[in-house]
Amino acid sequence: MSKRLIELKNISKSFDGQLVIDELDLYIRENEFITLLGPSGCGKTTTLRMIGGFEKPDKGVILFDGKDITNVPPNKRQLNTVFQKYALFSHMTIADNIAFGLKIKNKTKSYIDDKIKYALKLVNLDGYENRMPDSLSGGQQQRIAIARAIVNEPQVLLLDEPLGALDLKLRQDMQYELIRLKNELGITFIYVTHDQEEALTMSDTIVVMNQGYIQQIGTPEDIYNEPQNAFVADFIGDSNIIGGIMIQDKLVEILGAKFECVDTGFGTMTPVDVVIRPEDIDLLEPGKGTLDGVVTHIIFKGVHYEMEVTTPDGFEWLVHSTDMFPVGTNVSIHVDPFDIQIMNKPESEDEEAIPVEE
Amino acid sequence: MKNKKNLLAAPYTIWAAGFILIPLVLVLYYAFTTKSGSFTIDNITAITSSTNIKALGLSVLLSLISTVICLILAYPLAMILASSGVNQSSFMVFIFILPMWMNFLLRTLAWQTLLEKTGVINSILKSLNLPALNIINTPYAIILGMVYNFLPFMVLPIYNSLIKIDINVINAAHDLGANNVQTLSRVIFPLSLPGVISGITMVFVPALTTFVISDLLGGAKILLIGNVIEQEFKQANNWHTGSGLSFVLMIFIVISIFITNKYDKEGGSII
Amino acid sequence: MKTKSADFLKKLYVTLIFIFLYAPIVTLVVLSFNSSKTRAKWGGFTTKWYFSLFKNDQIMNALYTTIIIAILSSLIATILGTIASIAINSMNRKLRSIYMGVTNIPMLNADIVTGISLMLLFIACSVRFGFGTVLISHITFNIPYVILSVMPKLKQTNVSTYEAALDLGATPLFAFFKVVFPDIFPGVLSGFMLAFTMSLDDFIITHFNKGPGFDTLSTKIYTEVKKGIKPEMYALSTIIFVSVFVLLILVNSLPDKTKEDNKNK
Repeated sequence: MSKRLIELKNISKSFDGQLVIDELDLYIRENEFITLLGPSGCGKTTTLRMIGGFEKPDKGVILFDGKDITNVPPNKRQLNTVFQKYALFSHMTIADNIAFGLKIKNKTKSYIDDKIKYALKLVNLDGYENRMPDSLSGGQQQRIAIARAIVNEPQVLLLDEPLGALDLKLRQDMQYELIRLKNELGITFIYVTHDQEEALTMSDTIVVMNQGYIQQIGTPEDIYNEPQNAFVADFIGDSNIIGGIMIQDKLVEILGAKFECVDTGFGTMTPVDVVIRPEDIDLLEPGKGTLDGVVTHIIFKGVHYEMEVTTPDGFEWLVHSTDMFPVGTNVSIHVDPFDIQIMNKPESEDEEAIPVEE
Repeated sequence: MKNKKNLLAAPYTIWAAGFILIPLVLVLYYAFTTKSGSFTIDNITAITSSTNIKALGLSVLLSLISTVICLILAYPLAMILASSGVNQSSFMVFIFILPMWMNFLLRTLAWQTLLEKTGVINSILKSLNLPALNIINTPYAIILGMVYNFLPFMVLPIYNSLIKIDINVINAAHDLGANNVQTLSRVIFPLSLPGVISGITMVFVPALTTFVISDLLGGAKILLIGNVIEQEFKQANNWHTGSGLSFVLMIFIVISIFITNKYDKEGGSII
Repeated sequence: MKTKSADFLKKLYVTLIFIFLYAPIVTLVVLSFNSSKTRAKWGGFTTKWYFSLFKNDQIMNALYTTIIIAILSSLIATILGTIASIAINSMNRKLRSIYMGVTNIPMLNADIVTGISLMLLFIACSVRFGFGTVLISHITFNIPYVILSVMPKLKQTNVSTYEAALDLGATPLFAFFKVVFPDIFPGVLSGFMLAFTMSLDDFIITHFNKGPGFDTLSTKIYTEVKKGIKPEMYALSTIIFVSVFVLLILVNSLPDKTKEDNKNK
């Protein structure tokens, strides 16, 4: 794997006495698409702003290519930021916006003109040179913000919820755009979002954060299939999180029924949390699965049906299936062993699943 | 429904026609007629008489100087106010506009007291064995009075336009390599231009047309165009000449508003 | 290091401006307690100027007139202006821009021209100068402040809430007072306060429309000051400053919502 380009060591930051980041350690490799993912207030944007130089950590150091940049002002850093809500200069044309950084660096006119052309082509907005930012749609403004950043040839591009203000369809299109851009430019992207779908689609690495702590770092597959705690499991995708008891290696008891699983090393008779994704539950005829229940709710979601299966103890299982079982049908729940994910019980508040807000 | 809404417009329509538009038409009528009612442009050309043209010239000069001084004083102040924290900022703005609520004449009277030959400043200077400051009844005192009275009109619009600037736009400029000076000249100042423009208009127009400040701080010796017009109406009872001169003044106001607005629009596209 | 010295410069600058703004006011306050009539000398502490001020019937009358004119003119301007705003808000674009253009005339025009134009009107209609003419001229320059305060609030108001009220069976008038008015109230209030202050502070327009023997505080001060400064004027300044100060502190310590609106204006 490639070298570590940015390293955050033992970073802490608080605002008005409120601790936002607590002793965070993180490294970012060259050319990777890394996403900081978490709910609002988890510290992801603050982390990004410290990398960009807009905030200084109270404690700890930030290394860039091995050099300490903790106290280097933003205008002296070899990275550029794409801001939330774009932050275009509304008094300048698109061309002047894109040229801003290059003019500061006293590049020649022909160089700047070439760069503007190149950047606009890259973001599919050729011919927009003389338009004003206000006359562009949100998606177009976002592309200009990206173009304005990349003409400076940064080694790292920081993106702070860049798609937050766009509508769903546009957001999905832009995700593919960003992946394409990343591949064409061959630079590091550090991306901040609260949208798990964005994170799963685009990232090489996802850093899940909550309440100032890193909860899990891994590939999208790791994060989705093997969440390390209830918070991650709950935040990424839909899931059934159930308290259980690890009877022995590869056998877990959930709601009185014994399920085979593949996890080992939790000891015997240990209380654990169990995560089962709704699409991993198979519904069979009563008696043929591990746990019997009755369908109590069903909604058609397009790709699949979303059902609620209530088992005798009162637990409501969320089930996704392409087969339809009308309300009232008696069914039996079956889960393949490798679809059961066992986690230790949360040790602190930030590792708990998000409480349901009513 | 539509008719009812139109009915709501009726009182203001009548009021605006009766007390805004018709009075202005009357000014025009008096400006272009003699006492006997026949058409003339003498009232307009009266501006070219040596006293009047001198008064107008002095008015334009003093109000321009005051406007520039206000701008130079106000911009840094507005920036400091806008950059301080929310709580502190609203307190400072409060402290700052408080003197504005004093009666305008009493504020100006205070400066008369301070600046007089035997006034407060000179007493202090004398006790310190420093040379006396003799600017009362000179154009300098008038400029001081204008700056003092109209400074808030410059600070508030600039402050309002500065606090509207998205902090991320400034961050973006830094991010793209601009240092503090470059960020100020290429991003912050152009974005605050609407505030600057409205500040300029709000200082220049009252300064150009004042007769009170020159009356109280300039003695009776220095005549501004405002004094000339006031005297035509209140002392000479020559409404026709007074209206003619007012008409010239209005032309100046319209030109200044036009220039500032035009510059504002161009300022939108040029850095 | 660098930020420290910048911080110091900032504080120094604000302090200097602060001194510039308050020095004259402090001077007035100090002199109001000076028993010596000459400004240059401190003749000992006294409150006699305050007593002679309160005994001065002309000034007390002018004060009374000023307050009455300010209350009446801002009240009438607020009612007229609010109704006008509602009407203007529902107009088509072209008509609206004409109305807003006319509304802007008294704001942009020089006070002296506004004053003169109204004076010519009253002369043309041979109206006797006095309370009525001053009241009318104050209402005239107050209405634009009300309209410019109310219009932005009206634009923010969601039309659907008014329509929803009608849909639920409210009469238009009831719907207006129960649904629209609470929304625009902050704008109406700040328009009223602005108008009130403008009326209190006006000198130039009153000067041309007041007629002999009738005075507001501003015109009274003007004649007094032209005659030569009397220490009573210092006492008056002090009283006005202190009342404004107390009033503003009270307004600013009101619940947050009202405070917000004050700031917005």
